[in-house]
Amino acid sequence: MDGLTLLGTWIAALLTLCILSFLYKDNPFYKFAEYLFVGVSAGFWIAYNYHNLLLPNLIDPLKGAFVVLLLEGRLDFRWLTIIAGLLGVTMLFRFFPKAAWVSRYGIAFSVGLGAGLMFIVYLQANCIYQIWGTVKLSPVVITEGPGGQHFDWPTSVSNTLLIVGVVSALVYFYFSKEHKGVLGSTARLGIWFLMVSFGAAFGYTVMARISLLIGRMEFLIDGWLRPAVIAPIQGALASLGLL
Amino acid sequence: MKSVPLGVFIIMALAAPAFGQMLQAAEGVTARDTPLDAGSSITLTWQPSPDEAGRKVQVLAYEVWRATRAAGEYERLGEVESGKENYEFTDEEAENGVEYFYKVRARGERMSTDAAPAGPVKATAEWFHPDRLNMLVASVVLAAFVLYFISQARAGKELFIRRIAGLEAVQEAVGRATEMGKPVLYVPGIADIDDIQTIAAVTILGRVATMIAEYDAALLVPCSRSLVMSTAQEVVKEAYLEAGRPDAYRRENVRYLTDDQFGYVAGVDGIMLREKPAANFYLGTFYAESLILAETGHSVGAIQIAGTAMPSQLPFFIAACDYTLIGEELFAASAYLSREPRLLGSLVGQDLGKVIILISIIVGVVTAFLAQFGFELFGRSIALEQLFVVK
Repeated sequence: MDGLTLLGTWIAALLTLCILSFLYKDNPFYKFAEYLFVGVSAGFWIAYNYHNLLLPNLIDPLKGAFVVLLLEGRLDFRWLTIIAGLLGVTMLFRFFPKAAWVSRYGIAFSVGLGAGLMFIVYLQANCIYQIWGTVKLSPVVITEGPGGQHFDWPTSVSNTLLIVGVVSALVYFYFSKEHKGVLGSTARLGIWFLMVSFGAAFGYTVMARISLLIGRMEFLIDGWLRPAVIAPIQGALASLGLL
Repeated sequence: MKSVPLGVFIIMALAAPAFGQMLQAAEGVTARDTPLDAGSSITLTWQPSPDEAGRKVQVLAYEVWRATRAAGEYERLGEVESGKENYEFTDEEAENGVEYFYKVRARGERMSTDAAPAGPVKATAEWFHPDRLNMLVASVVLAAFVLYFISQARAGKELFIRRIAGLEAVQEAVGRATEMGKPVLYVPGIADIDDIQTIAAVTILGRVATMIAEYDAALLVPCSRSLVMSTAQEVVKEAYLEAGRPDAYRRENVRYLTDDQFGYVAGVDGIMLREKPAANFYLGTFYAESLILAETGHSVGAIQIAGTAMPSQLPFFIAACDYTLIGEELFAASAYLSREPRLLGSLVGQDLGKVIILISIIVGVVTAFLAQFGFELFGRSIALEQLFVVK
């Protein structure tokens, strides 16, 4: 491990310990790591957004379009990016209280565009695909086997659960009627289905989180403690002839 | 030492039939604008060189070259390995509206042969995708329902919305914060303002902020995106103005922390520990940070109301928060709290859409069931695919 890597490992390990000290209670070490993390990451994301959003989507296309204009004397479609640039500039008007209203145009455009684009995405992923995934299911499945036709009960039970689950959960999300009578019973069944699926998801994700913790502990033990703490101490003791 | 000249001799003897023979070019090269796309794409197809089938001369690969003039300078785009019956290559870097010519070069071990250039061809973007007509119909029908019910609500028709438990608790949470003299913390998720859940969260923030202004409690809104912060500042300012308390609005309380997911969590956790809010709202898009936030909020004794449409995070909010808005309840919340005709009409319109979905599912399941016994309803297999499969 070279000097720079060793320094990096020590900083990473100490900052990890500072963050983990939160498990005891709020303390100056946690505060230090928190402020450092927030500040450094905010700075990092400014640079990241400049290089990955502004540069490829605005500055580079405008540069290219300007070159085409100079060399070929024609306007190409990349000049359209100037509209996005101007909308972005409207955001900066927030720094001038008297003209802060101008920033609303940029915000309104972002909100409207986001809602419009996501409308189609949600409709396709959460609605059309969901319907198609359910309508092709039959609650009774007959399959051809060596001895002729037979009732495929595992698939039939699975399909029935899926159909009942989708229909009852959909009824739960119906807001225009009071959930009473048949509607109420179906909605209650729907929330049961939802809770069972949430329980399964909970267990699955907890496993993933534990593996993250194990990964961090492995870094502390194998990445820092052994090579950067224990090994140098052993080396020093050996050189003194104590080992 | 004798083995070297002998080896060279053997190789030359084996390769001898190939010398003096030209490698034949790929056949039937066509270049066309990739259909039904957003442009910037041209698709080339060709059949193998006759030598590939005859194996007289080995074809290793086919190289694709592009130029803006038939006799111009060609640039190499890539290659496709040999051994197929039909070949296809897609140029994904074509500029819309520019004429291109393409050459396919059959490359052997010692020689290469170009096919005649294909072109000119231009990449264009299509305005309409016929295979997605079902999406258009669904969008138009849903929009028509929503617009109809909005007009009904504006005309004064009373539209009913059922009770949503989590939202009944909003007033209780704000009241508690006021009584305890502690702030309300509102976390609008970690997605940007173009995310529909963030838009819903910011809309709800407006109603919650009005309530907070009326109760004269303090409101803290840490944001992970600058655009969300700008929008939230506008919304909270409007809310305080609506409540008749513009003097109580504190711009610095709606603040930006960082775009980084866990940097943001560390910052919000710090705010919770130091400000000790009496009520925490987590509404919007959340990922792995959901449990960290909710656990910390729980540890400081705050009443917590969460809401998200992220299925993977809902279990954590349900486990660690007092009330949770599940999925679409988040979108219904703004209508429920504000009772504005536009939002109410939109919600009832969507409910009618759900009724149509339910009917579609029931019809589909019945036809699938009957199909098991040899019955066919409405030419099931064809009709249903056309309706619901999105390409």
